[in-house]
Amino acid sequence: MASGVKPRVKVPGKASAGEAVTIKTLISHPMESGQRKDSSGNTIPRSIINRFTCDFNGENVVDVTMEPAISTNPYFQFEATVPETGDFKFTWYDDDGSVYEETKSVTVA
Amino acid sequence: MHFTRRETLAMGAGAALLTVLPFRANAAVDDLIAEFTGGAELADAGVELTAPEIAENGNTVPIEVSAPGATAIMVLAAGNPTPPVATFNFGPLAASQSASTRIRLAGTQDVIAVAQLADGSFARQSKTVKVTIGGCGG
Repeated sequence: MASGVKPRVKVPGKASAGEAVTIKTLISHPMESGQRKDSSGNTIPRSIINRFTCDFNGENVVDVTMEPAISTNPYFQFEATVPETGDFKFTWYDDDGSVYEETKSVTVA
Repeated sequence: MHFTRRETLAMGAGAALLTVLPFRANAAVDDLIAEFTGGAELADAGVELTAPEIAENGNTVPIEVSAPGATAIMVLAAGNPTPPVATFNFGPLAASQSASTRIRLAGTQDVIAVAQLADGSFARQSKTVKVTIGGCGG
């Protein structure tokens, strides 16, 4: 079980219509790869976030499939087009079935 | 130092296994690429992979992939125990088909990016990254 999972997202609060904005996301998660061993030699079972998606008003921006080779506290930076005022929805899917969500609003002036 | 006949044979078998292993690892990467592309030809131009030449810490190696117009980009680390790293699928609202993230590398190896371009063709680029401290525990 992953504990203390906390998503952090950086999105500009305002944008002009059709502008490309840079989005940075970070989620604190141990991303146990399933390769490491504990002090008594037992393999620590894999526990990672296996998928990350970002949508704006229901339209997809990016959908990432993640493998154990993604570092601890997965970080992503990408660019999205903002056509109108609305909400960015970020979703992370954990191996254990948990889903972490975060929403950020953007106002088009 | 003396070696018995049995020890010598065992060492010989071990050495033979070691020389065969890298080919197996490459075969896994080729299989993964073939699965992604459906066996299509890979062009050299069209996808940009940015990775450091030398990474001090294999636990967090910053990389960036970019392929204008691409629908999907797959990243592989040829020398990792499990070669797949991530697959980026870009939706209609992606302003540019680029993304950066941080990955784990077990040791000095090639990082490969394969992109599916807008016209359905595929491109690949690989970069060799030297890793000082591997990032897979042990």
